[in-house]
Amino acid sequence: MQDEIKNITAILETVSDPEIPVLSVTDMGIIREVKMNGDSVEVIITPTYTGCPAMDMIAMNIRLALIEKGYRNVIITSVLSPAWTTDWMTESGKQKLKAYGIAPPQTPSGIPSDGTIACPQCHSTNTRCISEFGSTACKALYQCNDCKEPFDYFKCH
Amino acid sequence: MMNADNNLVNYLLHLADTTLILSQRNSEWCGHGPVLEQDIALTNIALDLLGQSRNFYQYAAIVSGNNHTEDTLAYLRTEREYKNLLLTEQPNGDWAQTILRQYLFSQFQYLYFEQLQYSADTQIAAITAKALKEIKYHVRWSSEWVIRLGDGTEESKVRMNAAIITLWPYTGEMFMPASYEQTIAFRGIGYDCSELKEIWQQKVKTIFEEATLIVPEKVFMQTGGKNGTHTENMGYILTELQYVQRAYPNCEW
Repeated sequence: MQDEIKNITAILETVSDPEIPVLSVTDMGIIREVKMNGDSVEVIITPTYTGCPAMDMIAMNIRLALIEKGYRNVIITSVLSPAWTTDWMTESGKQKLKAYGIAPPQTPSGIPSDGTIACPQCHSTNTRCISEFGSTACKALYQCNDCKEPFDYFKCH
Repeated sequence: MMNADNNLVNYLLHLADTTLILSQRNSEWCGHGPVLEQDIALTNIALDLLGQSRNFYQYAAIVSGNNHTEDTLAYLRTEREYKNLLLTEQPNGDWAQTILRQYLFSQFQYLYFEQLQYSADTQIAAITAKALKEIKYHVRWSSEWVIRLGDGTEESKVRMNAAIITLWPYTGEMFMPASYEQTIAFRGIGYDCSELKEIWQQKVKTIFEEATLIVPEKVFMQTGGKNGTHTENMGYILTELQYVQRAYPNCEW
């Protein structure tokens, strides 16, 4: 049973976020629990942002990945509470984000002030917020004052 | 058949309709914002509100039990069945009016959901606790814009003052509970919105002062939205919102 859950967790690590393909659903911290009941698997997930359109696709991709590995009876349950927080994102997930060019969320969560977010390109913290809303619900738009590169910041939540 | 908890259904519809209609209004700006970043900001807010409304509709569908789904509730009810705040259905007007509508609402919604996150109903508590994280950004963004426009150029100030005159009469309703709200508040599921009037006024006053704007006094307040009596804007909104489902029943994306 424990081995089975480990096996499923390993499969989940291969399911990526459709908006940020370098992150897996486990990196994102949206997998709350995996349960086995006979031959059925229940994966309990929590949505990131309330209106995030990627959630339906994420649920489908999890289901497909498990079916592909031979699990026939897959149930995806979505729970709202406790509310997802960027604090649940794994450390390796944050490193992957940074390498991808997105500044990872700061911990502990909260709205940051200017000059605290490091540019993912040149690492300078001399940066400014251009808009608190970016290309997806989870991102804000920043610009580095030193290397001038605009970049996404994954908002704390 | 089980008797549905009508007060709870009405209350959930009020919360769902309010967020849906404001989301619909904000998405009218999509592709028309003054600059790209602000266009994206407003449509992001629209998306957050839509997500909140979906959560409330999904829950309302379960509680009402009448073979309803989130889609039938959003797309197949008539104007008099909608219980949204009148403020949310007011036209976008110019940028000042859109900004002010968002600020007046978000400031209220933040205070209100702060209370609802402790609701005795665990689903309402979960939805609102999650939404609060998003509303925090809406308040910050819209209040910064109120200050920028109010304390901006001569023209932006004129427009902001015009927006205040247009929208202020629709703010009173936020603090006047409908009978279903009173019942739900009494049961510890909702919260008595009249309790929030003073603190909301205080918060708005602080932002208006920074924006060198004046809070109106003694204005006649419009009511009715919570019980389905809407302004003439509502029919036009629903025509656009429901068109596809009315023209092609049960069609799927």
